[in-house]
Amino acid sequence: MGYLTYVGKRLIQTLPVLFGISIAVFTIVHLIPGDPADVLLGQNATPERVKLINHQLGIDRPIVIQYINFIKDLFHGTLGTSFSNKEPVTKLILGRLPETGMLLTGGIILSILIALPLSILAASKRGALRDQLVRAIPIIGLGMPQVWIGVMLILLFGLKFPLFPVSGFGDTFPEHLRSIFLPSLTIAILLSPILIRSLRASMLEILDSDYVLTARAKGISQTRITFVHVLRNAVIASVTVLGINVAYLVGSMVIVERVFVIPGTGSLMIDAIARRDYPIVQGVTLYFALVVVLVNLLTDLIHAALDPRVALK
Amino acid sequence: MKSLKTLYIGAGILGALVLAAIFAPLITSFDPTEQDLLQTLSGPTGAHWLGTDALGRDVFSRLIYGARVDLTIGILAVLLPFIIGVSLGLMTGWFGGKFDSSVMRVVDTVIAFPFYVLAIALVFIFGPGVKSIIVAITLVGWVAYCRIVRANVLVAKELDYVHAARLTGLPTSRILRRHMLPNVISQAIVFSMSDIVLSILAIVSLGYLGLGVPIPTAEWGSMIQEGQPYILQQWWLATIPGFMVVIVGFSLSLIGDGLVSRLER
Repeated sequence: MGYLTYVGKRLIQTLPVLFGISIAVFTIVHLIPGDPADVLLGQNATPERVKLINHQLGIDRPIVIQYINFIKDLFHGTLGTSFSNKEPVTKLILGRLPETGMLLTGGIILSILIALPLSILAASKRGALRDQLVRAIPIIGLGMPQVWIGVMLILLFGLKFPLFPVSGFGDTFPEHLRSIFLPSLTIAILLSPILIRSLRASMLEILDSDYVLTARAKGISQTRITFVHVLRNAVIASVTVLGINVAYLVGSMVIVERVFVIPGTGSLMIDAIARRDYPIVQGVTLYFALVVVLVNLLTDLIHAALDPRVALK
Repeated sequence: MKSLKTLYIGAGILGALVLAAIFAPLITSFDPTEQDLLQTLSGPTGAHWLGTDALGRDVFSRLIYGARVDLTIGILAVLLPFIIGVSLGLMTGWFGGKFDSSVMRVVDTVIAFPFYVLAIALVFIFGPGVKSIIVAITLVGWVAYCRIVRANVLVAKELDYVHAARLTGLPTSRILRRHMLPNVISQAIVFSMSDIVLSILAIVSLGYLGLGVPIPTAEWGSMIQEGQPYILQQWWLATIPGFMVVIVGFSLSLIGDGLVSRLER
């Protein structure tokens, strides 16, 4: 099977998932027990408003028509209008993208910076003390609550040693960078145990492979083998691991944004809960799911491009 | 032997925590929700071992009673996904065909939703509380068990003893229950250990966000959130509840690792 066939197959596989996502997100408002309008309006429910909301939700029409309208809107890039400030949800989400994007990028870069050296350290001498210590990281790290890591970093590097801001996003680019350091580090601490576990395993596998043996036989130094031959493959491996865990990454980001009061898409969603602003909840849920599908697709395609064996399977 | 040791240490730590949670009223005489507004943020004293919080509630009691809440919901929340996932995994792996591919498409869809995003959306639908947490964890959690068991069934159903069981004319339900299940469930059990940790992390995070177990119930996540404003003066208020989660995670990791090496032999 050629690469293009693989791309085609992978794209077709994505279609049912997109359909599933659209159904799930469409269903959100229909799952609200009782009369959604009453629940959405809470104490502000007056008969006129209930009628207006029911009309906005289109609940007076048959469900299939409602779904078709929902999809039509999606293709026009419309996710509805926020209840509370009357702005289009798409615009609200796009407005929060810089914060979220910087946080995600920062988290990914820092987690690779943490995980890669540690994995090299561990894999270079299997079974040694340093290997044992690195292997202990996931055991402890995976049990740490996101919010707690955040609060601990705030205590250490924000308050005890006030090196970084503990909340907000700042106004200029350098301020943004300083503001997102602690939240990105939180994400990195969450993510690196997962990375370390798979990176260590894949490095050990690479170190055992024939081409490394050949390199050794040619008399190439261990340092060069580690940094040129092994590292390159290990970076490919970490991109794949990150791709697989993108849903976890995005989900954690929502929580971390909250801890550090960063006004990103996650905060947009959590704030919308309190205001019962359903178009935002629906829109952000859809947006995050699409991001995950897209990243998974891209990871697979990049992986297949870098490693032709994947497409052949 | 090393695997046994890991297993016992893990089970010992978790067991001690579970016992403390069960016998909470014997360990501490303070009501975890009773406020004493004359004694707020007292710092550790002879009576209040870990001091009191901003509302004068005994922090040690809240920690122990919090273990009740977090451990119970954490374990309960994994039961339903375990049962659903294992059953679906058995059936999809065994029957294959249209049923298998349609369930797998649902699996793909669920995986596309980041767990916390889905959990928050469900809190929006059903309102904050234990019910939403359990529904959210169930909706997402079954997928992992289904995939693990399905993969094992696909391998196991080609083995001789299964062919033999089919040839003797045993009903499918019996083959699935008596022959397949015991052979494919072990990985799912091992995974459930780390899954309990994930579900406790979810309860804690949602509690912190104010979307989880409603206050004033003692719960580790809301304790972290309540302790955060006083973190410079009394660091332990927010630190120790998180540390409890780490200990639970650590013990379950050990149990999981111990089980893996036991089962692999």
